[in-house]
Amino acid sequence: MAHADPRLRVVTGFVLAMLLAVSQRFDTLLAGLALAAILYVAAELPTEPMRRRLVHLNIFMALLLPFLALHATPSEGAWLPALALSREGAMAALRIVIKGNAIVLVVSALISTMDTPTLGHTLAHLRVPDKLVHLFLFTVRYVEVLHMEYLRVMRGIRARGFRPRANRHTYRTISSLAGMLLVRSFDRSERVLAAMKCRGFRGKFFLLDYFHAARGDFVFGLVALAFAVTLAWMEWI
Amino acid sequence: MHISEGILSPPVLIGGAVLSAAAVVQGLRELDDEDIPRAAVLTAAFFVASLIHVPVGFSSAHLILNGLLGIILGWAAFPAILVALLLQAVIFNFGGLTVLGVNTFILAVPAVLCRMLFVPVLRRSHTRTAFALVGALAGGLAVTLSGLLGAAAIAASGRGFRPVAGALLAVHLPVIITEALITAGIVSFLSRVKPGMLVRKKK
Repeated sequence: MAHADPRLRVVTGFVLAMLLAVSQRFDTLLAGLALAAILYVAAELPTEPMRRRLVHLNIFMALLLPFLALHATPSEGAWLPALALSREGAMAALRIVIKGNAIVLVVSALISTMDTPTLGHTLAHLRVPDKLVHLFLFTVRYVEVLHMEYLRVMRGIRARGFRPRANRHTYRTISSLAGMLLVRSFDRSERVLAAMKCRGFRGKFFLLDYFHAARGDFVFGLVALAFAVTLAWMEWI
Repeated sequence: MHISEGILSPPVLIGGAVLSAAAVVQGLRELDDEDIPRAAVLTAAFFVASLIHVPVGFSSAHLILNGLLGIILGWAAFPAILVALLLQAVIFNFGGLTVLGVNTFILAVPAVLCRMLFVPVLRRSHTRTAFALVGALAGGLAVTLSGLLGAAAIAASGRGFRPVAGALLAVHLPVIITEALITAGIVSFLSRVKPGMLVRKKK
């Protein structure tokens, strides 16, 4: 599946994610979760980052959703602790947990597996506005550069005894650090633009990657369509 | 704030997406091709800056800096924030794809508002205190508004969600304070090192 046409993967991922996002029935959501799990296994993703993402998502939910389960029905007394568990609220919370996890799995399996420049080119071929794509691709390029710079400065100040604490010195240091990042970025961007102009840039960007749909993609597309239709059917019919 | 997948109801998701799309179009209109490297590098800088954690009380908050981004980029903050959020969603799975529209709206509206409110003031500022003050206001206001918008999105997704929205707002307080302080510091820094970044001469 990692070899499927990226355009197809992005469209499929997006459609499935949106379908899941608007579904409310438990059977649809569970089917979606099963589908997400299948996709995830097929994608052969590295487990560690995925585990971290899922943990992150579920911790966020674990913190917020008890509020939902406890106070969802207006008739419950608002101040009663754990005993005011309402069925409605618990169902809503469960729905959200299934939905959130399913969406994250689908998106990770289909979209997060491609490297970001490919994603940028895919979006361009899917008719996303050119300026936005170029903004995206440029940003991807410079995040790497700036991240290195940030790490370098952090190492430098830590080597000089800086430890982040909740005090004025820390805030001043962080402000200056962030300010320096911004100023250097700004200057760098002007140098980049000047360099581009020296090499003949006249305002138009060109994309070099082209995608070719193969037979396997056609099959993948049909299967994906079948899944999408099934989910929609389960939800609305 | 960054809302994760699965929580918001369809009308909220779609509404946010539509509004953001319109604003992004407007932002792109203000972005000439020549401005793209600058906007991209600034977006990357904000992306990296959002990885910086600042200790506050017993935990730490990560920087958002949408107020500052708005002051520097104006309407172009919409596409910039969209790109940054897309990258976050795809690389870290922080936030989400289906909620991209809503999250962009939540972060970018206060950004543009800060531009409209504070750049005229910055133009007339001269002392370091003035700059710091404006920075604090911009930073604090931007995050407060984002928190309110986020809470509103959650509350609008269902009657039972109101306590969740309330909880989210409460958690925001330390972030608002840190953001105000740090933005004050950054604006003060920029006013000394590169004032042209904050207030560009009218073309």
